This record gives sequence, C-alpha cells and structure tokens, in this order.
Amino acid sequence: MTCTDPATLDGLAWLGCYLTTGKHLSFYASFGTVLLLLAITAPTALLFGFGGAMAARARLAPVRFLGKTYIAIVRGVPDIAFFLFFVIALDQGLEYLRHHVLCPDWDQPVRQGSDFVVCDIAKLPLGSAPQWQHEIYGYSLAIVTFAIVFGAFAANVLYGAMMAVPRAQLETAEAYGLTRAQIFRRILVPQMWVYAVPGLSNLWMVLVKATPLLFLLGVEDIVYWARELGGTKNPSFTDYPHGDWRIWYFLALLVFYLLLTRVSEALLERLMKRLTFGQATTGGAAR
Amino acid sequence: MSCAQTIQDYALRSIGIGERLLPRSDFTLCQQFTLIGSGMIWNVYFGAIALAAGFALAVALAMGKASRRVMLRKPSEWVIFVFRGSPLFIQFFFAYFLFLSLKGSSDFFNPFTAAWLGALIVLFLNTAAYSGEIFYGALRSIPQGDMEAAEAYGLTGWSKFRRITFPTMLRLAWPAYTNEAIFLFHATTLVYFSGFPAWQQRGDALYYANYFADRTFNPFVPYPILAGYFILLTLLIVGLFSLGSRRLNRHLPGAMQQRLRLRPNFLR
Repeated sequence: MTCTDPATLDGLAWLGCYLTTGKHLSFYASFGTVLLLLAITAPTALLFGFGGAMAARARLAPVRFLGKTYIAIVRGVPDIAFFLFFVIALDQGLEYLRHHVLCPDWDQPVRQGSDFVVCDIAKLPLGSAPQWQHEIYGYSLAIVTFAIVFGAFAANVLYGAMMAVPRAQLETAEAYGLTRAQIFRRILVPQMWVYAVPGLSNLWMVLVKATPLLFLLGVEDIVYWARELGGTKNPSFTDYPHGDWRIWYFLALLVFYLLLTRVSEALLERLMKRLTFGQATTGGAAR
Repeated sequence: MSCAQTIQDYALRSIGIGERLLPRSDFTLCQQFTLIGSGMIWNVYFGAIALAAGFALAVALAMGKASRRVMLRKPSEWVIFVFRGSPLFIQFFFAYFLFLSLKGSSDFFNPFTAAWLGALIVLFLNTAAYSGEIFYGALRSIPQGDMEAAEAYGLTGWSKFRRITFPTMLRLAWPAYTNEAIFLFHATTLVYFSGFPAWQQRGDALYYANYFADRTFNPFVPYPILAGYFILLTLLIVGLFSLGSRRLNRHLPGAMQQRLRLRPNFLR
C-alpha cells in the first residue's frame, strides 16, 4: 500500500494512510506521554505523601503544623485551580531564585506592573535553548505540579492509615524497648499499607482521571492532538481533507480512559486480595 | 474608581449585568475580588442545579443497579460505569462536540452548545452516576433486619420503599454524599476550560482568576482569592448537609448520631 497520493485512495486504504500520518504518530505517542506521567507521578506523589504524613505526625510543633497545612490545603479548593496556580508559581519561583543567584547586582524590581522581569541568563529555559528543552521543562513542571497536588491527597490517606494501625501493636513494640524510629520502620510502616491501599487505589483512579488536565498545563497531550487532528481540514492545507471529526477523536479518548480505569480496577482488586490475605480485616476474613 | 463603584459595575458581570468591558490594566485588588466573586454565581448555579436534578436520577440508578431485572440493571450499570470510569474533562469535550454536530442537523440543539445548558447536562449525568454508586452501596448495606421488620409490619412495595428503604439508604449514604456535593462544586470550575465557550467573557470564578493571572502575570493574588471563595463555599455546603444529617438521624439517641465532621474527604 502506498500513501503517496491520498487523493486517489478510498475506503479502508484511505483510512489506513490517514491514520498513519506523521501527526497521527505524534497523537499515538502522546498516549505514551500520559502513561509516562502516571508512571512518574504516582511514585513521586507517594513520596511527597509519605513526607507529608510523617511531618503531620512529627513531635516538633512547627513541622507538624507544616505537614497538616500541606494536607489541608488541597481540601476545599478545586484541584484544577492548583494546577493552574503551581505551573506559573513554580516557574516564577525558580526564575526568581536563579535571578538572585546569577544576577546579584541587578537593581530593578522583579515585578514591574504587570511584568515579571528577570535577567536574561536567569530565564528558564534559556531563550536560546532548543525547542525540546522547552518541552521537557514544561513537562517537568507539570509532573512536579501533579506530584505536589496528589502528594497532599496521598499524605491524607497515609496519615489516616498510620493512625489506623492498632495502638496495641505500637505499645507492644515500646514494651520491647524499640526506639521511635525502629517502631516507625519495623512496626508502623509495614502494617499501615493494608489500611492505605483502599484510599491509594481510589487516589490512583482520581490521578488517572486527572491526566487530561495536562492539556491545561500546556503539554501537547492526547487532548491537544485530538482537538488538532479532529478539526475540519481543508484540501488546501492537507492531503486528507475531512469534516469536523473531533467528536470521534474524543470518543476514542473516552474509550481509552474507560479501558484504563477498568484494567486498573481489576489489578488493584487483586493487589488488595493479596495484601489482606490472612489478615484480620473484613477483606481478609474467610467469606 | 472607588471600590463601591467597582462592585456596582462588576458584581453581576458574569451574568451580563453591569459594565461590559473587563478591566484591562491597573488591576486593583477590589476588581479581582469582585469579578472572581461574580464568577462564583456560575459555580453555584451549575453545582446546585446539577446536584438537585442529579439526586433524583441517582436514586433511580441505584435502584436500577440493585434491581434483579436485567433490563433495569444493565443500563444503570453502564451509565454508572461510563461516567465514573472516564474523566469529566473528556466528557465535557465529547458532549460539546456531540452537541455541536447535532446543532448542524437541527436548530433545537442550539442552546445545548452553550455552557449554561450543555455543561449542566454533563454535570448532571456525572454527579448522578457518582451519587448513584454511593446510594447503591448504601442500599446494599441496609441491615437485613430492618427490611424484615418492615415486612413483618405488613409494609410492601412503595410504602416500604418510602418509609424504610429510602430514608435508611439516605442516612447511610449521607457522609459520602456530602463529599460528592463538595466535589461537584469543585468540578464546576472545569466547564469553561473544556470547549464550552464563555460567551462575552461571562465565565465562572476560575475563568476570571485565570484572566487576572494571565494579565498581571502574578498568580499569587487571584488564585488565593479563588481559594478563599471556595473554602467558604465548602464550609457552607458542609453546614447545609449537617442540617440534613441532623434531620435524617433525628430519631436516633444522641450518642448514636455521628456528627458530620468538618473535614471533608476529597476522594470520590
């Protein structure tokens, strides 16, 4: 099959050629972008969450306050507001820091009316940087943003799970003379997972369903491509003219997400079965 | 321009009353507070109507999913699965383009491509699916003894549902349903970022917050204002729902009434 002259093709051959154009390959690759985001964000958010939960349990009052604030901050405010906020805030924060380090003798204010002005070498990425660096930078900001927001969610879940470990277990450990750190590492953390998994599974589902918001953070993700490719194409701009097909592209995305959540659900169910195996919780009790 | 004047000009800007032009430069704190607050009208509109209408469908979906008849069970299961299994963001986009193509075939669908109706329908179906699942779970955890006692008293069919099943289901589902309500109001901020156009720049709170952040290039003012408004709204919802909870549990002795905690869980 040759795709050199699409005007002569029809039916399936045309569709086959249409679906393998360069732009479509980028579209398929962007599914990878989404999965990559999930693969990086999930462990990072878990790490953030672990830190947050530990801070919220700390003995030092300021640290505890910090941890609890971090957990509380995502409550009551829509997560999309955080996404929009953090992407700019992180970018400006980084540039501001670099500005102070790299241009110490700059005497103008950074905020001038409606402008945010830093010296040229403090810009991120540098103005002369190639396009791929800009893309990587944007994507990294998105990942950090996701990790911060979902880290707070995870912190709440893990904090609850740590609280759910029976007191008697910890008291027994104390009676054996274990130090606080040892109790945390050997008793609390291994036992908390079973309490954390339902909440974390739920969180995973929320995270999966939050991935299309990458589009709002300026990443060329599946939503971006679906809008681009689906829009009306005139013969003068493309070899494959067609009407407004965005509805079909978004139908495809809908199906993709339904499959993704379905598969996740099945896997998490199995994980829960394994974790509760033989444990004295309702999930593990003989039924 | 004084702040009172700004409020007069912009307090109802989001529904098209007052000054037509948005401020373009020299943004004052007062303008940001007023316009973002003005946008909250849409968030409350979407959330309140979708929640109220979604409630009825949610009960129907829950009953359907618990039904023994396949004809009722399968459709309910599918609605719940489709709306809970896919991102709301994608649902908005899909619905918008669906309405757009329907508009081409009939004038009847003209209003559907506007946010006030199109997005409302999506939110309505979405919250109905989530609440339906919550009610279904509650329905299955009604103590068997309650139902047997009802039957022993000779209650059947509609009167059994109205007097026993429905109130008990609601009582058990209430904390999770409160959560869902909070989440729904948060989800309303997605509307104007998902294809539905903000006609004449009449948008919701996040639309205006984003407008200010874009123009001033300073996210540290508008977004915290938005956050403040939403925290107030969340507190209001929790307050209203705890009134509902008190009414649902009024027959229980004081010690058994779980106080609705002021710490909403944010996971759906």
